[in-house]
Amino acid sequence: MSILIKGATIMGHTTADILIDGNRIIEVGAVSATADTVIDATGLVALPGLVDLHTHLREPGGEGAETILTGSRAAAAGGFTAVHAMANTNPVADNANVVEYVHRRGIEAGYVEVRPVGSVTMGLDGQTLSDIGAMANSEARVTVFSDDGKCVGDSLLMRRALEYVATFGGVIAQHAQDPRLTENAQMNEGALSAELGLAGWPSVAEEAIIARDVLLAEYTGARLHICHLSTAGSVDVIRWAKKRGIAVTAEATPHHLLLTDELARDYNPLFKVNPPLRTEADVLAVREGVADGTIDIIATDHAPHGSASKDCTWADGAFGMVGLESALSIVQHTLVDTGLIGWDDVARIMSVNPARIGSVDGYENPLSVGSLANITLVDPAAQSEWATDNLVGRSTNTPFTGISLPGRVVHTIFRGTPTVRDGSVVELSQAGHAS
Amino acid sequence: MASKVVLSGPDIERALKRIAHEIVESQRGRHDLVFLGIPTRGVILSNRLAELVNSIEPQTIERGVLDVTMYRDDLRTKSTRATTPTTIPASGIDGKTVVLVDDVLYSGRTIRAALDAITALGRPQAVRLAVLVDRGHRELPIRADFVGKNLPSAVDERVYVQLDETDGDEMVGIR
Amino acid sequence: MKHFISTHSIARVTAVQLLDTTADMADVRQRDVKKLPTLRGKTVANVFFEDSTRTRLSFEAAALALSADVSTFTAKGSSVSKGESLKDTVQTLESMGADFIVLRHFDSGAAATVATSGWVDAHVINAGDGTHEHPTQALLDAYTLRHRMFGLEARGRDLSGVRVVIVGDILHSRVARSNIWMLSALGAQVTIAAPRTLLPRDIALWPVTVVETLDAALDAGVDAVMTLRIQKERMNDAFFPGAAEYTRFWGMTAQRLSQVGSHTVVMHPGPMNRGLEIAGSVADSERSTVREQVTNGVAARMAVLYTLLGEGQE
Repeated sequence: MSILIKGATIMGHTTADILIDGNRIIEVGAVSATADTVIDATGLVALPGLVDLHTHLREPGGEGAETILTGSRAAAAGGFTAVHAMANTNPVADNANVVEYVHRRGIEAGYVEVRPVGSVTMGLDGQTLSDIGAMANSEARVTVFSDDGKCVGDSLLMRRALEYVATFGGVIAQHAQDPRLTENAQMNEGALSAELGLAGWPSVAEEAIIARDVLLAEYTGARLHICHLSTAGSVDVIRWAKKRGIAVTAEATPHHLLLTDELARDYNPLFKVNPPLRTEADVLAVREGVADGTIDIIATDHAPHGSASKDCTWADGAFGMVGLESALSIVQHTLVDTGLIGWDDVARIMSVNPARIGSVDGYENPLSVGSLANITLVDPAAQSEWATDNLVGRSTNTPFTGISLPGRVVHTIFRGTPTVRDGSVVELSQAGHAS
Repeated sequence: MASKVVLSGPDIERALKRIAHEIVESQRGRHDLVFLGIPTRGVILSNRLAELVNSIEPQTIERGVLDVTMYRDDLRTKSTRATTPTTIPASGIDGKTVVLVDDVLYSGRTIRAALDAITALGRPQAVRLAVLVDRGHRELPIRADFVGKNLPSAVDERVYVQLDETDGDEMVGIR
Repeated sequence: MKHFISTHSIARVTAVQLLDTTADMADVRQRDVKKLPTLRGKTVANVFFEDSTRTRLSFEAAALALSADVSTFTAKGSSVSKGESLKDTVQTLESMGADFIVLRHFDSGAAATVATSGWVDAHVINAGDGTHEHPTQALLDAYTLRHRMFGLEARGRDLSGVRVVIVGDILHSRVARSNIWMLSALGAQVTIAAPRTLLPRDIALWPVTVVETLDAALDAGVDAVMTLRIQKERMNDAFFPGAAEYTRFWGMTAQRLSQVGSHTVVMHPGPMNRGLEIAGSVADSERSTVREQVTNGVAARMAVLYTLLGEGQE
């Protein structure tokens, strides 16, 4: 099947046409040829398909909140063509069987490339290394390993893990949270937590682990990735580490680009997340960190939860927010429309860089002739109030309801197959697979 | 709606004097009166009446304040009312003749609440009611024993009482 | 106000009104007939997820004194231990006719959640939520202090210029928080004394003066010392070395009682650890308001029930 995209603004710069045949881009420029499908992309920005390095698809074990199918659809709706499925499923992805299962289910769903993440430790116990080699050599070809949800807190274990993963050319993605400093922590430790009587999650618990881990990465010569960085101090540590030449990369979530801990004031668990929403100063420092390249990528940490886990007291509430569908709009709202970055930077932080960190093929030369046809077309001029209707996944725990947000994903194309057309998710059913 | 003065200052004084005489006549020599004023203006009138009764036939008249807020039947439908303290004489009200004093008698519900409040405080030998103005429109079978002025009124009219101590003026008006 | 969840932003005039209503309720409690018909026909549900016999009995007494019907739900051995959610518990109670829900829960914010979630329509009274607030305690504490200081002249008065020292585990104390807001709303000057480990880190904007030790806070001009209960578990969690050290620097000892004025009262919300945060002799002295606090608790809770009755009619 061939698709002709006419008149798109390529990563915010020049206007051009893009011709797709099968699963490849075969022409970019002024295209005169015809095609089976023609998309009028006047006014739309063309981005390479977005790649999420941090998603929770909940399957196996948590299908009530999300499945690989529903999560893939949510990803497509958000303009993603690849997602990394975190390992804290039930059973935990600590062996080849589970990651191959997730890999297969992703192919069956057909909406995005689902890259399973392997855990660092068995059952996330923080004590014994998981089957890292087996997972790396499995059909899933795992390259990213993370105990996300939990921190690899033991220094010796973190050293061993860094060394061992390096043996297989992979990267450890650390959820930086000193367990002893954050026992039963509920929200950012600050003036509001003092007033609300909620146990504080101090910024130093994140920064101290990052500081330790960048030094371990330097010492072992291994690659390190820091998940969902949330504080000004963390940005400073990463900046220092990079100046030193340490091979560390870092991600920030969309919600940490916009929301602050003030939202906890009414004890609404919709705003409960790990790491917690921080202060205004932290939000600005994180934006600065993305703008100057200290933070390499945006990753959603899409964390679906059933309504019972959010319609309760704060302490009973589960940590996490969904974020696949809203990510690009939040990035546009907080970084592009504020003049901090351009659309070409968006391509870099939401596609090229995450693909590089996750060793995902096909994103090295975005929107160029010969590359895989993973393309997202977004209308930057759209503006509307965010509502749960915008969500396509199984869960509705979004913190952005009522906020006026710009941008709308109009088309998503995954390896030449449209997964989102005119803003709606395409029903792939049997004709699903893209190769 | 125009405002009309129904009782002037001197009218009020005359009415209270007449009530005082009626009270003395009715007590037939029994000196066991306890005057309980219903806040706010009922308390002022109660004190004046006590002075007047004492000047006609010298006697000890014990005085108190009866706050009926907690006994009202309309608490859940109106916004919260502030309460005032209830004070009764140290020797109590058992066996005494209690004279309730209020400024305006209207639906009778305030007095019904007052009777409930009195029941909780003791068992008087008798309870009498003295009011400055009876404006009719009773919703309960309550009647005053001593009335300063009968004032037929329409339901949409407002009867208001002003006294020196609270309002800096003395009059009863209707509008 | 429809609910009584916190004293955080209470207006001075509202606080004084509550104190005055408490006084009137206290008067009723002195009479032969200690009851009022005010809440007749209404049902007050006491929902206690945390064990607390004294507070629960106090709320029961207050509801009964207003002629309300009382139903009590305690978590032990109940459907909650079988996993029933807070939402289902309060909705079941409302379906059985509860007009008021008095809630004590181990989660900070539980009362606010029940009040604002839309789960129920009832009035919610916070009887203590986690480490957040215990507003009726603050009301009875302020009333006790005002009554001790001004006696028959107390009506209509706030606590302007009154100096209060609160000493103890501020970090984990809902009583401390509610009292700090209530006392400052009433114009009192509040000083808190605690080791830094038992102070929240970010209280620069709280309306209090912070000192390190109790001795630094005490002088003859202090009007009240409010001692807070120390939970022994804190000693195992490295908040402070042990009982002896705590008492030495922050305990209200007989020696410290002599450092303050002869008019200074010593308060404690109970239950007390005699010899730890408060010396037995101090607790038993006539400067201690511990027993009055308990008595006044019933009147204060009656005042709250009465005040909420007329609201929520919008």
